[in-house]
Amino acid sequence: MVDALRVIRDDGSTDPRLDPKFSEDEAIAMYRGMSLQRILDNRMLALQRQGRIGFYGPSLGQEAAIVGAAMAMGPDDWIVPQYREPGAALVRGMPLKELLCQLMGNAEDPVKGHQMPCHYVYRKGNYLSISSPVGTQLPHAVGIGWAMKLRGEKKAVLVFFGDGATSTGDFHAAMNFAGVFRTPTVFLCNNNQWAISVPVAKQTASATLAEKANAYGFDGIRVDGMDALAVYRATRDAARKAREGLGPMMVEAVTYRIGPHSSSDDPSRYRDEAEVAAWQARDPLLRFRRYLEHAGWWDDAREARLEQEIGDEITRAVQEAERIPPPAVETIFADVYAEMPPHLQQERDAFLALPRR
Amino acid sequence: MPAMTMVQAINNALREEMRRDDRVIVLGEDVGRNGGVFRCTEGLLDEFPDRVFDTPLAEGGIIGTAIGMALYGLRPVPEIQFMDFIYPGFDQIVSEAAKMRYRSGGQFSVPMTIRTPFGGGIRGGHYHSQSTEAYFCHTPGLKVVVPSTPKEAKGLLTSSIRDPDPVLFLEPKKLYRSSREDVPEGEVTVPLGQAAVRRPGKDVTLIAYGYMAQVCLDAATKAAEKGVEAEVIDLRTLVPLDEPTILSSVKKTGRAVVVYEAPRTGGYGAEISAILAEKAIEYLRGPIMRVTGFDTPFPYTLEDIYLPNADRVLSAIDKVMAF
Repeated sequence: MVDALRVIRDDGSTDPRLDPKFSEDEAIAMYRGMSLQRILDNRMLALQRQGRIGFYGPSLGQEAAIVGAAMAMGPDDWIVPQYREPGAALVRGMPLKELLCQLMGNAEDPVKGHQMPCHYVYRKGNYLSISSPVGTQLPHAVGIGWAMKLRGEKKAVLVFFGDGATSTGDFHAAMNFAGVFRTPTVFLCNNNQWAISVPVAKQTASATLAEKANAYGFDGIRVDGMDALAVYRATRDAARKAREGLGPMMVEAVTYRIGPHSSSDDPSRYRDEAEVAAWQARDPLLRFRRYLEHAGWWDDAREARLEQEIGDEITRAVQEAERIPPPAVETIFADVYAEMPPHLQQERDAFLALPRR
Repeated sequence: MPAMTMVQAINNALREEMRRDDRVIVLGEDVGRNGGVFRCTEGLLDEFPDRVFDTPLAEGGIIGTAIGMALYGLRPVPEIQFMDFIYPGFDQIVSEAAKMRYRSGGQFSVPMTIRTPFGGGIRGGHYHSQSTEAYFCHTPGLKVVVPSTPKEAKGLLTSSIRDPDPVLFLEPKKLYRSSREDVPEGEVTVPLGQAAVRRPGKDVTLIAYGYMAQVCLDAATKAAEKGVEAEVIDLRTLVPLDEPTILSSVKKTGRAVVVYEAPRTGGYGAEISAILAEKAIEYLRGPIMRVTGFDTPFPYTLEDIYLPNADRVLSAIDKVMAF
């Protein structure tokens, strides 16, 4: 199905030339990150249907391509997300409760209810704020990498984007600037085959997305995006090269958006269930579990314990977040500028002076 | 104290800020070896070879990567060669730079100053002459600054570069080399958000910015010959606006003429008119007049007809005085 770099074989063994040689703890941490993302998605979609959060964008099917890539980056590196990577924010240490508060837009939402659900930010983990327009984050990742290079720091930036984003002008500008200025940017394209209802074949006439990198003067590599070790290996190597001053690289993770684009989307309108089922058979979590089992690190009992543990964590975070009230009305006026200018003060004061009905 | 054109004063401000703060980076089309098509960045590459960049020809890329630098803590000063070329970067300005602080709950900010020449008067046709500040003034999170003299260009640009928020710094091309003014070497700042009363007067207030501030001064001179004392206010910063200076002047004169070279409909001067109507109506002794460009694209051959001039401003003054 995919002609791309693979590490985990069907029987759970690994390609010895590419295996990153994880310890048991490292391997389980990666599996935990993916499982957390999966269980969170299912719980949040349910919460959305119950009207307890307004919107949700799941990452079902893309756990390996998100968590595998995020874990390949060092703590001083930056991550520039698109909008389907809460798993990466959690890898960077964002507390689950804070993430839930963002989804609910309550008083402890780090963005004060200023943005829709799923527009996370986590400065402490060098995890940038999210924009809804597609592809706009790409030049930012180039500028951040450029700044690191100008400051003489050996760091790298990982930027997430999808197949649809490769059609944007910002993709072209970012790839071009990255090539010209040799910025330490790792372009991680989650080719999940669908940009809402438009399949990748209608997005581009290129045979692959990775080959676009060649035209900008750097390498692109295609990896099996359902294989967390393959994504990890390719991203880690690209980041190492970038930190050493060898310039940018593009990694195309070939994956699949098993769920809807968002809680507002009904994929049965535009795609065949048989296609979904075929990709589901390549579930990145099952694949990774086979690898853990092959290494002798996993069994049903540990799986059950992990599910229970993550489920309980999410339940606690939901309960805590749901107890928090909405943000105070004056937060509408906060953070427009570093200092509130007089016209905004006037608007705020005039509003607050109105009789409350 | 050297006499400088506005181009030289802008160059001086950039050079001094780059000397003072090694986080200041200049990037854009032709800004390096060529020193910018108007020469505002002349010689900067020689002095700061690692901090001045000729970029590929892509405004979205220039603004977008500058945003990235600012997010990382640098102070980029991207140049867009003409304001008429800014639109490939429009999304990056209005959806990204302007919203970053708000959308991240204050966790991230974009201290970036976008410099761009704007306005008519150099025979540039509509792709080198437009004055589209209203698009940007309509975007919360951005500051919009327009100098009208060399010394203030230095002071306002210095303050913009030091500002913690994204600033669109509009340079009136017509004034780039039209006059010289003594500009001190070393620290010169003009605070953002403060208008200047360029000429005091008691009969009518003329409100403008950029080249139109100069046109209003000419009109005020002519009006004085007819015994009308016009007060001229140069806004200098459009966002945030200095309301108190405008309101106190209009409350004193009871008459207001707002002058801008952009198309009339929805222009920034319309906002000024609305503020006066809301907050000073009981002081007004006549209608708030606007003297503006026409609601057409900017013409080439008949540029001088399109641009408001002192006589058109005078006609408006006559009308409001005779009301």
